[in-house]
This record gives sequence, C-alpha cells and structure tokens, in this order.
Amino acid sequence: MKGYNFAYLDEQTKRMIRRALLKAVAIPGHQVPFGSREMPLPYGWGTGGIQVTAAVLGEADVLKVIDQGADDTTNAVSIRRFFGRTAGVATTTHTTEATVIQTRHRIPEVALREDQIIVYQVPQPEPLSKLEPSRAETRRMHGLAEYGAMHVKLYEDITRFGHVAISYDYPVMVNGRYLMAPSPIPAFDNPKMHMMPALQLFGAGREQRIYAVPPWTAVRSLDFEDHPFRTTRAPHACGLCGAADSYLDEVVTDDRGGRLFVCSDTDFCEGRRAAGHLGSEAGAETGTDMAAE
Amino acid sequence: MADETLLSARGLSLSFGAIPALVGVDADLWPGEVLAVVGESGSGKTTLLNVLSGRMAPHSGVTWYRDPEGVLHDVHAMPMPALRALHRSDWGFVHQNPRDSLRMGVTAGGNVGERLMAQGMRHYGRIRAEAIDWLRQVEIDADRVDHLPRTFSGGMLQRLQIARTLVTHPRLVFMDEPTGGLDVSVQARLLDLIRGLVARLDIAVVLVTHDLAVARLLAHRIMVMQRGVVVETGLTDQVLDDPQHPYTQLLVSSVLQA
Repeated sequence: MKGYNFAYLDEQTKRMIRRALLKAVAIPGHQVPFGSREMPLPYGWGTGGIQVTAAVLGEADVLKVIDQGADDTTNAVSIRRFFGRTAGVATTTHTTEATVIQTRHRIPEVALREDQIIVYQVPQPEPLSKLEPSRAETRRMHGLAEYGAMHVKLYEDITRFGHVAISYDYPVMVNGRYLMAPSPIPAFDNPKMHMMPALQLFGAGREQRIYAVPPWTAVRSLDFEDHPFRTTRAPHACGLCGAADSYLDEVVTDDRGGRLFVCSDTDFCEGRRAAGHLGSEAGAETGTDMAAE
Repeated sequence: MADETLLSARGLSLSFGAIPALVGVDADLWPGEVLAVVGESGSGKTTLLNVLSGRMAPHSGVTWYRDPEGVLHDVHAMPMPALRALHRSDWGFVHQNPRDSLRMGVTAGGNVGERLMAQGMRHYGRIRAEAIDWLRQVEIDADRVDHLPRTFSGGMLQRLQIARTLVTHPRLVFMDEPTGGLDVSVQARLLDLIRGLVARLDIAVVLVTHDLAVARLLAHRIMVMQRGVVVETGLTDQVLDDPQHPYTQLLVSSVLQA
C-alpha cells in the first residue's frame, strides 16, 4: 500500500464518484455523468468498473473479480491484484464470501445477498446508441420515456430471424421507467437482475457514465406480448460438474472437432465438483490435466 | 362555426434576420378540410408549415389546436412532451423527401409499425397485420412488408411514408410538397391515393405546394403567399378561376398548358 492512497484513487475523486453513485441509486437506470479518471489499465478493460469499486471499497470488504464468469482470466487476476496491492483488502474467488464483486459480462450463478454489491464494467452505457447517434436526442428520449424505437429493433429481429436475436446486452426497463443497457451480460443473466437483493452499480469509464439498480428493483427485459422474453443456453450439461442449468462456455479441445461445454462461472463449477457432482468429462479433462498436456 | 376550428392561427410573424418569412399570417383549418398553401419558392410556405406544427416558434402570434375532447391548446406554449406526443398520435408530418422521415435500414413493416410501437402497442402479430393492411391501402404489395425501403422506387417510398404517418389515424396531417420530385404519372397516382385516403378517413390536411394543379386536385381551400404575406385566400376553384390579387393572377397565368 506504500505510495498509494487507499484503493488507488484520491479521496476527492472517490467523493465525486460517490456523489454520482448516490444520484444513480436515487434514479434507477438513469445515466449520471461523472469525471472519469485515467486508470492504469486500457479502456475496455474495466476502467469504469474499477473506479466504482475503488469508490465503494472499505477496509473490511472482501473483493471478488470475474471476467466472463471466470476468476482466473487476465482481466480478473490483474484487477484483483491491483486492489490487493493498493487497498490491502482481502480477495476471494468464492461468490458467497465476497462483499464486493466486480464483473465483466456475467452475473454469478449463485444468488447474491443483501449485504453484497455487484459492480459491472460497461463499454456502452447508452442502450439507444445503435438506433440514434445523437446523444442530445437520446437524452431527450430518456427524459420523455420515448422508447418506441427500441421496439422497432426487436420487431426487425423477429421479422428477420423469427425471434429476438439479441444474445447479450439485452435492453431492460428499470423500475418501469428508464431503458437501460445491462452491460454485455448474456440475456441468460437478465432475469437475475430482477428484484436482486444486492446493490447493482454500473461504471462506464470511457463514456463517463455511472448508473445503478437499487436492491429489490423491478428489471424487465423488453419483449412483445406474443413473443415473450426467453433465455437461451447451450443444450448441454457442464462437462466437469454436470450442471444442467448454468451458463456454458464452449471450449475447443482439439483440431478434430472436439468440444467441451463447461460452466462459465468457475467458482460455481468448482463448488459443485467439491460437493461431489461430476460431469461426463470430469477426470479426463480437469483444469490440472489440461495444464499438464 | 368559427369556434369549431381544428387549428387556428392569428398574427403569426417570423423573420430570419432582415428577411420577413411570415408577416401577420392568420389561418383557420376545420376538421376534415384540406387547405393548400401555394406561392413561389421563398414565400414562406414551409416556414408557415413548420410554425403551425410547432416545429418552429414565431416571434409573435398564436396558434390554437383543439384536441378530440374540445380543449384548446396553444401550440407554441405547449410543453415539449405534450407536443411530441401530439406529433406521434393525433398529428402527422409528410416530408417532401421520404428519406427524411423513414428509417432506411428498417423494413417497410417496421417503418409502418414504429408509430404504433411508440404509442405502446406491444403485440408483434397485430403490429404486423396493421402494417400489411396499410401497405395494401397505399397500393404496395403485401409481400414487400419485409423489404428494406432502399429497394423501393421514389413513388413507393412516398406512399410508404404516407402509410407510416396515417397508421395511427391522425386527425391532422401536415404535408410539405408530397409530390415534389416524382415523375408526372407517379404524381397523378399519388394524388389520387392521397385524395381517397383523406376523404375516407376524414383527415384535415395543411398542404404546402408550389404546384397549382396539386392544389386544384386536393384542396378545398387555398391560401396564396408572397414574401411572407397571405395575399389571397378562398375556395380553391374560386381563387384559381377568378384570381383577384395581381400576384395570384400572375401565378395562375404562368402555369404551363401541355
């Protein structure tokens, strides 16, 4: 910790971010501008999430960082070590032990609790960005709750593909008022945001926006009455732990078409294996075996 | 009768710097009536349309709109949400260039359905059925519903824009040179179509055109503008057959006879 203020950012900056966070919590789903700082990692790697985490982190907190559900990927490891060094807080890979979880592209499979905070890394906070290029106009659309254009996008998907073909960053209505981009989590995770007991914070560093969903807030995925929102997952069980209800990653294992479907949430998968659940590929291709090959 | 007008404007004035675009313009529009505004380029026709529809604010003057419940609204003092809601439902705007209002990357069905979805319709099947019905009404083949507008001809684009505007059954439609830039045979068909739809759906129209033939075909009443001033107003046939003002006489006599 020597040479750094607690959690890297100076106190004035943290205060500024907390003010933005308070506004964001007060107006669920509304994007609040904030003075995003340069962070010692590239844009797109979680500069927004890392600033929000720095602003909410306390000395007693236990931090978990995941990237696409995994605790052991570059982004997750480097941000976890960053806060281990600059804040000296305890870190963990276990979802249930963490008080603050910073995430990129997934929500953990285990249901979160009231005493936890989940921080999302957001590349593009504006859900209407692809439909309306002008930010002045999208702000007006949010202000007047004119979200018909978003349904035009869904209409086009059903017309072309027979179903809504948005597989990640599926737009949601928060508290029946604001249209929100849930960050690029799979649509599979959208239902977990609805009435979540944990506080959900979203940080977009490059776009300089913070937004939030307070605990126990309604989050509804957009749909049509005759084409209701549906989640999709690969029609397999996890090869390692046998889970049939978790979100799966497809891993190419050789150059002869071999494939392995495994839980994208590594902590969830390890927990199940430790409890004795085994998938069809377990033993043959566990993480250690793959490393040894 | 005067207290039943749909739209009525008094003393509208607006100038762009030293150039007067509107000088004390009065206008009245009754339900189901087609009012043509004619005049040469730069006479303030389009400015008048923009002011009447609340898209521009005049420097002085007032415009009243009577909603279906009979309540009067001052168009220029209306809060923006209310005005935008009006433009989405009770009013429509047909641009000279359909590309200004259509979404070129969205299918014909999506374009027609947009206003329905903006009004809160959330049933895909019904939106699509309505879109197909409207394409049929503007004489576009139902099997083009999933095609992109960029594959449409100029006349079809204009008809698509009209379908998209009329789908919410507006009571008042503003049209800015709806037949401009189309060849003569397409123009004739489009005029026929607009005349039929307007009569059948009992829509009031403020129509801006420089083409007296268009005004003759569509309009019940006509307003002639010159340099921001309304120089003559009256029933279409009366004004065109027996013009009183020198400028109107000039305008009528300068129409080419084929």
